[in-house]
Amino acid sequence: MLEREGEPTGLIDAWEGAGAVWLVDAVSSGAQPGTVHRHDASSVSLPAALFDTSTHHMGLAEAVELARALGRLPQTTIVYGIEGANFDTGETLSSAVEAAAARVADAVRGEVAQCTRRR
Amino acid sequence: MARPRTKTIKTDYLARVEGEGAMLVKIAGGRVEEVKLNIYEPPRFFEAFLRGRAFTEAPDITARICGICPVAYQMSACHAMESACGVEVGGQLRALRRLLYCGEWIESHTLHVYMLHLPDFLGYESAIELAKDNRDAVARALELKKIGNEVMSVVGGREVHPINVRVGGWYRAPRKKELQPLVEKLARARELALETVRLTAGLDFPDYEQDYELVALDEPGEYPIDRGRIASNRGLDIDVAEYEDHFVEEHVPWSNALHSQLRERGSYLCGPLARFALGADRLSPLALEAAREAGLEPGERNPFRSIVVRSVELVYAADEALRLIAEYEEPDAPAVEVEPRAGVGHGCTEAPRGILYHRYELDEDGTILDAKIVPPTSQNQRTIEEDLRGVVERSLDLPDEELSLLCEQTIRNYDPCISCATHFLTLEVERR
Repeated sequence: MLEREGEPTGLIDAWEGAGAVWLVDAVSSGAQPGTVHRHDASSVSLPAALFDTSTHHMGLAEAVELARALGRLPQTTIVYGIEGANFDTGETLSSAVEAAAARVADAVRGEVAQCTRRR
Repeated sequence: MARPRTKTIKTDYLARVEGEGAMLVKIAGGRVEEVKLNIYEPPRFFEAFLRGRAFTEAPDITARICGICPVAYQMSACHAMESACGVEVGGQLRALRRLLYCGEWIESHTLHVYMLHLPDFLGYESAIELAKDNRDAVARALELKKIGNEVMSVVGGREVHPINVRVGGWYRAPRKKELQPLVEKLARARELALETVRLTAGLDFPDYEQDYELVALDEPGEYPIDRGRIASNRGLDIDVAEYEDHFVEEHVPWSNALHSQLRERGSYLCGPLARFALGADRLSPLALEAAREAGLEPGERNPFRSIVVRSVELVYAADEALRLIAEYEEPDAPAVEVEPRAGVGHGCTEAPRGILYHRYELDEDGTILDAKIVPPTSQNQRTIEEDLRGVVERSLDLPDEELSLLCEQTIRNYDPCISCATHFLTLEVERR
């Protein structure tokens, strides 16, 4: 499990050689905090509006498309977006997001297990 | 309906800046009537956030201001705290800081040159479109950036927001043998950087020049990165501690941002063009030769050619990193002792985009009472507006869409954070 900035070249580097990758990121679409969005980006672009909330350079959607253009996107690419509550500077995670994160962690664990069983 | 005499280029929300921003260019009767660039800076929020924190926390907290140049924030913060506490970090501890900074210059400049700016020059909407047509160029960028990240990882402990940096030096100084694997990679980076200079030197550049006051750090015998006095091509020559005597910040009515100016002369430009103008003679021989072959002279005043200067700085950063590693000797201790004391400290280092100034006031326990952070972005803002005005004035005959793209390309001369934002630039033409 790796923690990354979301900047494309770092991500592409991180998943180099992987057959499958799960990406988890915060999103801000106006949905209820803690809402979990799941997208299969293996052969379909991510909705840019949802995944482009990076404060710098390129967002996650662009990172995935760049990898696709370079032939460096893992065959299976699943993206989870967790709706955030508060993006101000600060230290704590809101309880809705914390709960959602736990749910996503479970979901990802399950999917990874399924994926590895199939191999 | 009669043809319009007014044209407005406006974007209400520039996403992906250091904060949020907006841009407005108004043309009326064949003249540029108005140019406004609003950037709301999160460094302002960080300044408030830092109050009450310990002086030792400033490098880690301020690193979060920017994901693309965290080392710059850490270094300026460390210098400022060390200055407040009367400590100087020199020798191999300082050499390691310069090495870490070289890593950041490599990854930051690579990202900007290839992913953010190059598409403009080659007529692509984004690096993704560029990658579809020219996989090799983008693959080269990925390889080059990775090497910069590896330097940051080995020396700084982590690629982004390095965890090994502290006031006084490091938590752990690397063993000489840990730096060895970087040598081959940096030699490769140097080759890729030279290819980058050749590529960017051959681009088509809009014909535009400005007689800037160029501001950069000045340290004898070295190209400016991590220390020095603050100097300009118009005679400025001051200690970092005198920054506030010469630079003022002015609140502009249309923006939350503060416009930085030289008290005596107004707007100025910091960043690669400024460093090259003032420090070219201190580049490594290879970097200097690459610059010459690219047709770059210290008198360069075309901001669009800053992409070539950044490419030359890529060569230099790789060269300099190799030199620092070759001369590295393990220090006796990873850091010098820093005892807090009441007072004010100043720090200024060359972020990839230009000088980054920090000032802190501490109480006798080392608690931060007050913080001031002036990033290169805000220092260049007025100059960016002036350049936008100048570029547009010379290009009024262009169709709207081309003019809009030219504005975006112009903004990208200065700062990747703002430049990413201009993907959202919209052009409104009022036809009356």
